[in-house]
Amino acid sequence: MNHWIIAPIVLPAVVAPFIIMVMRFHRDLQRVFSVASVVALNIIALVLLSSAMDGTISVYELGNWPAPFGIILVLDRLSAMMVMLTTVLALAVVLYAIGSGWDTRGRHFHALFQFQLMGVLGAFLTGDAFNLFVFFEVLLIASYGLMIHGGGTTRLRAGVQYVVYNLLGSSLFLIALGTLYSVTGTLNMADLAVRVAELPVEDTALLRVGAVLLLLVFAIKAAVLPLHFWLPASYANAPMPVAALFAIMSKVGAYAILRMYTLVFGPGVAITDGLVGTWLLPAALLTLAAGSFGILGSRNLARLVAFGAITSMGTLLIAISLFTPQATAAALYYAIHSTFTAALLFLIADLVLERRGGALVPTPPMAQSGLIATLFFVGAIAMAGMPPLSGFVGKLLVMDAARASSQVWAIWAVILTTSLITILGLSRAGSILFWKPHDASMAPFPRPEDEEDAADKDPLLAPEPVPGLAFVPVFALIAALVALTVLAGPVMRYTEATAAQLFAPSDYIETVLQRPGS
Amino acid sequence: MEILLASAVGILTACGIYLILRQRTFPVIIGLSLLSYAVNLFLFATGRLALNQPPILNKYADVPYTDPLPQALVLTAIVISFGMTAVVVMIALSSYLSARDDGINMTDKGGEDA
Repeated sequence: MNHWIIAPIVLPAVVAPFIIMVMRFHRDLQRVFSVASVVALNIIALVLLSSAMDGTISVYELGNWPAPFGIILVLDRLSAMMVMLTTVLALAVVLYAIGSGWDTRGRHFHALFQFQLMGVLGAFLTGDAFNLFVFFEVLLIASYGLMIHGGGTTRLRAGVQYVVYNLLGSSLFLIALGTLYSVTGTLNMADLAVRVAELPVEDTALLRVGAVLLLLVFAIKAAVLPLHFWLPASYANAPMPVAALFAIMSKVGAYAILRMYTLVFGPGVAITDGLVGTWLLPAALLTLAAGSFGILGSRNLARLVAFGAITSMGTLLIAISLFTPQATAAALYYAIHSTFTAALLFLIADLVLERRGGALVPTPPMAQSGLIATLFFVGAIAMAGMPPLSGFVGKLLVMDAARASSQVWAIWAVILTTSLITILGLSRAGSILFWKPHDASMAPFPRPEDEEDAADKDPLLAPEPVPGLAFVPVFALIAALVALTVLAGPVMRYTEATAAQLFAPSDYIETVLQRPGS
Repeated sequence: MEILLASAVGILTACGIYLILRQRTFPVIIGLSLLSYAVNLFLFATGRLALNQPPILNKYADVPYTDPLPQALVLTAIVISFGMTAVVVMIALSSYLSARDDGINMTDKGGEDA
């Protein structure tokens, strides 16, 4: 048994309480251990990726209980890719949080950060539907703490909404799981797949209800249109480095949709055939449209980037909802791109917010305006999907994959129009932020009030930024986007292999249930 | 008994949803707790209702047994919802103390522009 598979869950689970109990008053030690843990997670993710790359599916049986009875962790190409993506993103975010001093504006940032990683990585690795719920809760409860990190009235009020909305989502998740269990008598994903395929078609109304409820839950996580209301207020009011980490959280919803609706309720299963794609595709198109209008209408930089995150989820879910191997490969490529892009823009937004506040009104020039303007320009190109960065490649792949669909014209029209609206919105924001201040005829505009930093009055919690370090992760994320563009060929080969593995779930099921050649 | 349990789940859910749609955080939190009770009862019932039966297989005699897995699931769900309720109470309380207002909406300027 390959013990590396459980390492990404155990390591943060050990480091987080260690940080709380042993070094709660040692700011520098916390930083050292947190970064060390994330670096170690990166190495573990590389090991996992190299073992999954050749298409091997490895199973880790917790407590050595065999599959349908015990809880299992499963490592396949998709899980390995998502784990790698999470750890790379986490490294950038933790470095930025240290560099900007955000980790010292409240207590326990690093411990919550580790718990958050534990939940996300666990959700990617688990092979059991109830265990997926548990890891969702782990990542949510850590995210509640991170969301209100640093305090402030607006952030706390946004936090209440975020928590209430997600508690509702959790209740719905449990109802969906209960429904699935009552019909099939199992919650192991591979076993569920076997049982669902065996059920007679006329006897499955309850199962279809369960499948749709489950889709609703994941759609809440992925911020699909009718259920996206929580995202702009939460992400825009969270500390920006935390919002950058949350870029992976909406991908957890997309991952769960991809996993459950290729493995359990796959395209070949008669009872739920076409059920998901039919509903998900229009919702995803609307999500993309709503997100781009949000970008155009935002009066605040943080909200603008949050709507940008919604558009990227829209594009991603369009590709997922086609449920063909080609579209899924494109979706996975776009998932990597959009995670890095959203995180990059949130970090740049934080650089701007720290210097002049987030309101999109002309103000006097801020410090380092030229450098930040360049960074914003690169981030905006990536977000809008313009050449030469990977957003262009990603959107091209998604549109190419949509050619086989019967709704190809709707998809193309929405993607192209929203790209234009996104460019408009981003250039409007960029010119207000970076060009208007240099307009000599403009009367000086008073700096908007920052009402957030109530916690800063506590001398123990005074922010302690590390000069210069804040720019390193920003450049690193840009480098990652460039690398993703240059290495698009190898990355696409990997995602195509991943999609092929997802759409041939018999390997997964046989490996998990240990029934060779059945 | 099925009628009793089903109507209990239904009434709890209905009351929970009604309370969640209220404007102040306190009724919303009560509504979330009611909803989590409803979910717990529902999960418990997914293993089918059985009276006075052990949750253990007997390999020597063919005696009836009740499904132990939903009981374990409910236990997990209870612990999680209890912890979550504590968290949401704390966040709502600090939000109330900080804003001097326990409305759940952010209709004031804080919601749009902050």
